[in-house]
Amino acid sequence: MLQPLAFYLFATITLLSGLMVITAKNPVHSVLFLILAFFNAAGLFVLLGAEFVAMILVIVYVGAVAVLFMFVVMMLDTGFAELRKGALQYVPLGLIIGGVLLAELITVYSAWEFSPQAASNLVSAKGNLENTRALGEILYTDYVYAFQVSGLILLVAMIGAIVLTHRTRPGVRKQRIYDQNNRKREDAMTVVKVETGAGV
Amino acid sequence: MMDIGLGHYLTLAAALFTMGIFGIFLNRRNVIIILMCIELMLLAVNINFVAFSSFLGDLTGQVFSMFILTVAAAEAAIGLAILVIFFRNKGSIAVEDISSMKG
Repeated sequence: MLQPLAFYLFATITLLSGLMVITAKNPVHSVLFLILAFFNAAGLFVLLGAEFVAMILVIVYVGAVAVLFMFVVMMLDTGFAELRKGALQYVPLGLIIGGVLLAELITVYSAWEFSPQAASNLVSAKGNLENTRALGEILYTDYVYAFQVSGLILLVAMIGAIVLTHRTRPGVRKQRIYDQNNRKREDAMTVVKVETGAGV
Repeated sequence: MMDIGLGHYLTLAAALFTMGIFGIFLNRRNVIIILMCIELMLLAVNINFVAFSSFLGDLTGQVFSMFILTVAAAEAAIGLAILVIFFRNKGSIAVEDISSMKG
């Protein structure tokens, strides 16, 4: 009884906040509704028995990606209101393409016959392993190469983002340790042999 | 009605995905909202993966959902970095202004 109620609650809030993401006037509100959508999707994942992915969704999306969006929205000092001008002329095209896509997806789904067991075998993991442990056991054995590659992707993304946004500003005095270490005694001082009583 | 099956989750994911597509058209000039719409679509795909994984009793879907999360995080970071340097150079984030390559 509680589970369908929770599903409809989470699903409704997810869809409504998704709608608010695309229709909000202020991009800050869009980001906040995106966070709400992610939280409710995490609730749906908990309902499905995927606790680990739900927590990862909260940590990665809400904690990192949404905050990144928030930073960028606040950093860019641009008129967001005028970006919406003339947006309504694309609505019919968007409705057509979205409607066609939705109709196709509904056609695909309604053509399927779900087996009667499909509604009842809602399992989080096989046996009595909890979800996180079962996930770890196949992630570090069967999918270890894909796991390493995803780490590599994150590294490349990190280096790429730093290289893209890093700028060298002129006129900034910085310590250059290489130059300091390469400095010889002859560059800085000269030794003068002073005759007695003659002066320099 | 009271029995939540695989079809319910797939319908939700389809609606969310379509909403993401429609949002790209609705906010055609604002790159930040377009990136958010892409995140919404990736979330819909994740819901599909996790729902199938849960109902079929196979954890592979959840593993791939984590890989999608990884790629989405990398994509958001790179996309926003490109957006920031574009704004720094041009002073605008409108999509029409991104035309210097005449592509």
